Amino acid sequence: MVQKLETLIESASQTAGPYVHIGLMPTYAGNAGYYDEEIGTTPFLDESKAKGEIVEIVGSVFDGTGWAMRDALIESWQCDAGGVFPGDKGADPAFTGHCRFAADAESGEFTLRTVKPGSYKGRGGVESAPHISLWVVARGINIGLNTRIYFEDEDNANDPLLNRIEQRPRVNTLIAKKTGDGKYRFDIRLQGEGETVFLDI
Amino acid sequence: MTDQGPLIPRNRAIHPEPYDPGYKTSVARSPFLPLLSMESTPSEETGPRFGHTKLGALDNNLILNWTKGAAPAVGERILVHGRLLDEMSRPIPNALIEIWQANAGGRYRHKKDTYFAPLDPNFGGCGRTITDENGYYEFLTVRPGAYPWPNRANDWRPMHIHFSIFGHSFAQRLISQMYFEGDPLINHCPIAATIKDRSQLDRLVAPLDFSKSRPLDFLAYKFDIVLRGRRQTMFENKMEGM
Ligand SMILES: [Fe+2]
Repeated sequence: MVQKLETLIESASQTAGPYVHIGLMPTYAGNAGYYDEEIGTTPFLDESKAKGEIVEIVGSVFDGTGWAMRDALIESWQCDAGGVFPGDKGADPAFTGHCRFAADAESGEFTLRTVKPGSYKGRGGVESAPHISLWVVARGINIGLNTRIYFEDEDNANDPLLNRIEQRPRVNTLIAKKTGDGKYRFDIRLQGEGETVFLDI
Repeated sequence: MTDQGPLIPRNRAIHPEPYDPGYKTSVARSPFLPLLSMESTPSEETGPRFGHTKLGALDNNLILNWTKGAAPAVGERILVHGRLLDEMSRPIPNALIEIWQANAGGRYRHKKDTYFAPLDPNFGGCGRTITDENGYYEFLTVRPGAYPWPNRANDWRPMHIHFSIFGHSFAQRLISQMYFEGDPLINHCPIAATIKDRSQLDRLVAPLDFSKSRPLDFLAYKFDIVLRGRRQTMFENKMEGM
């Protein structure tokens, strides 16, 4: 026998299931007006006052057969245009950094409207390229999948996460492609050819 | 701001396998390639806070919140309560917990649920609350019914409540399900069975708790939740400029 650890074990994940929208996006589930104020419908508290460039990122979540999933739900989290995380000192008061969005039930396409994040320095003074963190859940996903959106028109050469990806072509799975002024395309492939790099951080 | 240390790496052995053929939908929705592991950064260590969100007075009362208090939902009245802690046994205060569930007959109020158990006109099926300074939370609801689902030819979900939990870090984000003590369907459920460590599944089963049951009103079930913690030793580097 050895001494007993005092630490606890994390609760196990379970799939979000097909009805996750009831709990997290009631309007999407057909239950508009359930709450006075729904959480995460936009990352803006006041879009007209938010600092930085407004961007729209459109994409789909594809399963291993290439089918654009109709039921995926995604949350995003990011710093503001100045590289400060909401809640930290000096953060943009018009911006929450958090958004919830779902694949359209007809087309399977999602849209994230937000500000383009700045870059920040992490532990040890290492600078990250601008990125948005994503968390993807759906029926059949047993534990939420974490990934990141980077931007094609930013300098990603020295990003500490991207530089850890051994197979260089896979870096592209994390980079949103510019399709127009302030518009980007970012697809997520859960499995197989072109599989997105998912994170364990 | 002082550096609270990186997140303790997730022990994935205590979570479900992403690919589990017993749960058919997971087969095409699970990555084949290994995840990219690295130490957490500010993107994972920070997270949204919901102080600016106005929660309604009935948001954690699923018996009344769909009708805005006009009429109670049908079903066995229960209190679901517990504490939100991290791996270091520290309570997590001011954290958002959201739940959703089927009604007492096993039917969800969702445009995609077509099970022939009827909708209850007085039940919506979702609730939310913020943990108090001790990480404690409560919901008043009705016990959800079991329901059939398309997987193998005759699969049924045990009675369960879906939980979505925020800590203070985005990488603590967790979705799980609460099961009920004594439900025989737990041992037949392919979704519960995605968790291979039986003690981990047992920790998702809420015991009946008479200490919180209100006589002539409701029974109570206790459901504690543990999120990832953060590592802090005397040998950590401090974050630059913080
Ligand atoms: Fe369910």
